[in-house]
Amino acid sequence: MQYETAAQLRQAYADGQTTAAAQTEAYLAQIAKYDKVYHCYNVINEQAAEQAAEFDKNGDKSGALAGVPVAIKDNLATEQMTTTCSSKILEGFVAPYDATVVQKLRAAGAIILGKTNMDEFAMGSTTETSYTGATKNPWDTAHVPGGSSGGSAAAVAADEAPMSLGSDTGGSIRQPCAYCGLTGIKPTYGAVSRYGLLAYGSSLDQIGPIAHDVRDCATLLQVIAGYDEKDSTSIKDVNFDFTAALQDSDLRGKKIGLPLNYLGEGLDAEIKAAILAACRQFAALGAEICEFEMPMIEYAVPAYYIIACAEASSNLSRYDGIKYGYHPESFRDLEDLYLTARSEGFGLEVKRRIMLGTFALSSGYYDAYYQKALKVRALIKQEFDKAFAQYDAILSPVAPTTAPALNSSLSDPLAMYLSDIYTVSVNLVGIPAVALPCGMAANGLPIGMQLLGRNFAEENLVKLANAYQTSTDWHNKRPQLKEAE
Amino acid sequence: MEIDRKMVEYVAELSKLRLSEPEKDLMQQDLTKVLQYMDILNSLPTEGVEPLTHVSGVENVFRADVARPSYDREKILQNAIATEAGCFKVPQTVE
Amino acid sequence: MSGYKNTGYEVVIGLEVHVELNTATKIFCSCSTAFGAAPNTQVCPVCTGMPGVLPVLNQQVLEKGVAVGLATNCTITQQCKFDRKNYFYPDLPKAFQTSQLYLPICRNGFVEIETEAGAKKVRIHEIHMEEDAGKLNHEAQSGSTLIDYNRCGVPLLEIVSEPDMTSADEVLAYLEKLKSTLEYLNVSDCKMQEGSMRADVNLSVRKVGAAELGTRTETKNMNSFKAIARAIEYEIFRQIEVLEDGGQVQQETRRWDDEKGIGYAMRSKENAHDYRYFPEPDLAPINISDEWLAEIKQTIPELPDQKKERYVQEYKLSGYDAAQLTRYRRLAEIFESIVQLGGGPKEAANLLIGDCLRLLNADGKEAADLTLAPESLAALLKLVAAGTINKTTAKNVFERIYADNIDPVAYVKENGLEMVSDDGALDAMIDEVIAANPKSVADYQGGKKAALGFLVGQIMKATKGKADAGKVNAKLAEKLK
Repeated sequence: MQYETAAQLRQAYADGQTTAAAQTEAYLAQIAKYDKVYHCYNVINEQAAEQAAEFDKNGDKSGALAGVPVAIKDNLATEQMTTTCSSKILEGFVAPYDATVVQKLRAAGAIILGKTNMDEFAMGSTTETSYTGATKNPWDTAHVPGGSSGGSAAAVAADEAPMSLGSDTGGSIRQPCAYCGLTGIKPTYGAVSRYGLLAYGSSLDQIGPIAHDVRDCATLLQVIAGYDEKDSTSIKDVNFDFTAALQDSDLRGKKIGLPLNYLGEGLDAEIKAAILAACRQFAALGAEICEFEMPMIEYAVPAYYIIACAEASSNLSRYDGIKYGYHPESFRDLEDLYLTARSEGFGLEVKRRIMLGTFALSSGYYDAYYQKALKVRALIKQEFDKAFAQYDAILSPVAPTTAPALNSSLSDPLAMYLSDIYTVSVNLVGIPAVALPCGMAANGLPIGMQLLGRNFAEENLVKLANAYQTSTDWHNKRPQLKEAE
Repeated sequence: MEIDRKMVEYVAELSKLRLSEPEKDLMQQDLTKVLQYMDILNSLPTEGVEPLTHVSGVENVFRADVARPSYDREKILQNAIATEAGCFKVPQTVE
Repeated sequence: MSGYKNTGYEVVIGLEVHVELNTATKIFCSCSTAFGAAPNTQVCPVCTGMPGVLPVLNQQVLEKGVAVGLATNCTITQQCKFDRKNYFYPDLPKAFQTSQLYLPICRNGFVEIETEAGAKKVRIHEIHMEEDAGKLNHEAQSGSTLIDYNRCGVPLLEIVSEPDMTSADEVLAYLEKLKSTLEYLNVSDCKMQEGSMRADVNLSVRKVGAAELGTRTETKNMNSFKAIARAIEYEIFRQIEVLEDGGQVQQETRRWDDEKGIGYAMRSKENAHDYRYFPEPDLAPINISDEWLAEIKQTIPELPDQKKERYVQEYKLSGYDAAQLTRYRRLAEIFESIVQLGGGPKEAANLLIGDCLRLLNADGKEAADLTLAPESLAALLKLVAAGTINKTTAKNVFERIYADNIDPVAYVKENGLEMVSDDGALDAMIDEVIAANPKSVADYQGGKKAALGFLVGQIMKATKGKADAGKVNAKLAEKLK
């Protein structure tokens, strides 16, 4: 594409060197050319070109994203396009309202390109549970892009969008970023309004940006963050300003904690080496690397899956074939309508998680599973609080491996859940994290790392990530794209 | 925790999911495997720990009791399986 | 035989009362709660459970809930949360009701009721906040159900009593007391016909003296106090009959058909009661500070019991009269206004309890529906006190005030209703009546005292009811001596 990053595009637009219409057309052309291969999108905004032209004519050009095309995950409610969560049960669903983040994107001058593919209801780590078919990793089409925001990540990696929105319930932004060589932010819980985000795990979900570098992510995050009276869990007085963080790459005085037990058994040697190399880079930038232990990680995956699935079992009960989405053609009675709609509408992994969550909340098991998980969550939070009393950030791997091959993950759900080990704690305790590329594996697939911070330490994390990206060029690597045969 | 067939059927009924026999087999096997792994939580003492339900620490979020215009009915009904007389229409509920 | 109506059984009743709060908007969205709008015109994505929406709590709901708790002697749960109650039914678009299980807003209260055996405390187990469900309209011919979500999300308080009541009379006294308290607090219309107050009756019977409670049933769907009383009587005798026949009472949910006068068991699913409650992650926890609690306490007006006590002390009313006046907030307001405007307390009480409640009863209306101006009633009482009109006229004038809120002074003048106060004119009329009714005069003088009443009636008729009946009586007795 003409511009490497959204920031460059935005600058060119401000300088009058390009138009929103031209950029939108260029991305639509790129989508037309490559999406058959990668399947990043569930639906394209048919009015995108028209809206871009209208924006060129009458739009408010002062917005942070003036004229910038953006892709959004298909679990964000939009009035003008379907919102399906890549599930048959939401087939054809057109929301009667726009998500708050969608309104904010428009207000900032962004042109929405379309809705990106994802694991069904964000339940998965590969984007293979999508009812519309798997997304392919632009670095190697034999591999998954990660998930659940696989479409949002692959779209940016394949230059089918300069930036995108994903959502992160247990790593769903960070892990696909790691697999696709991108930068993404999982904001502090409550920093970005969830109004209009079709819920998976309500106490864990956050919407966040995906882009090539942290500068673009910061810009997009600044646009979508902020208090929303429609979301009771959104936090007042969130006003990110990343200007200073993006100017200063002096990390002297910063203490970065490195949990050694995160680098033990189960982690690919190449990833471990990349993480340690990143440590050296941070040290070179002036930061102090402090080794320590976070033993609670062992309990994070079970606690996370109990809580996420319990909330999901309730959140997904509203999909009943009556009010919206997939309507079975024939049914005997109301009960049959419910059963038919849900059994035909949900895919296997979603059913598995609904069952798991229903079990964890059911009479006689609530205390042993759900309540227990909430207590473990409290203990995990204590461990993080202790760490952040000493360190400005924690450096960790994102995933134990690089992107797995297609069709290799879904057959063993437990193994798939365990691959979330490095990401889920962040959601359990609500803290922010930035994922960014830090190496390439021998198989040609990117390696990512993540920086974790205390609540509302986004500016600090952006500063660290930007300092790193200013002095390295992993984020500038681009895959060789393939056209359809 | 071992999940038996009866439990699979009970949970499926609560979840309003109709499972085929092979699906029940699969669920029983997968859920048992996952729950057995989750039993690791029992090795962690949690007496006296307050369950953490809300991470943000936000309290007392309220709305003023001021009415705003409702939505257009057509907009709310636009995705319905069937409508009649401005209502969603479903098979008769049994009482 | 002892026990309930000499059956040898005693009755144990607990109530779950649902009250719709009279807020302007729903509990979690800004849609109006007004009753009676066209289907699905007071709805939005939030109250119809559209994907992606989030609730935001109406502050008034919390404050009204706290006020009710304080007025019913409850402990307020200053740190409380909402929970989700999960079940599938078409009137519940999210397939969960946002309610409170683990930390309800109020706990451990009581209200005092009057029973034949004297005052009695009915304990309140808890009060919790929740959302109402939509309305289902069944279309028998087409075999379909139409769903209207206007009511969905209207705020409810569920007031759960302990099983402290032993008869339909006690249940009614408890409900009257709740209703009166809620009206005073101005938190609910409490109209059973419109469904803004609903009661589910948990009832069991057991042999007098039995230690164990019997198996209980829950009866729903009564839309008047009268229906509740009938449903309770029906269920008591049904359960006794089952036990007497050697059977067992089934734990079940039953519906009351008031038209047919019968209750029947509802079909229920075996697993319907595993509601999988868990804390609502989309609503922030509530933390009511001591200061805030004190502020809400300040807003609680004088409640019926306190008012009653004061009326007895201050206005020297009988306990019965004071209780009648204070049962309805509106009635007590009118009473106090009349007294403030100079009307006599005793006379005002008689007017309101005797004439006003009688007319309301006859019309099937409630005191809250009264439109008359207290000024008119005060003026009416002054007319009586000044001897301008007699009691019969006063009653007629009151009926006109009740119906059309007329100005009594102008009305009396326009219709010439003043008492005949000219003694000469009155004497002449009495003489005429005596002359015209020799037989009655003879009867009276012969010892039939009742004949005097007839003669008085004739004189009153001749004066078109405008004479002072006492005066006529005295004069007539004097003349016939």
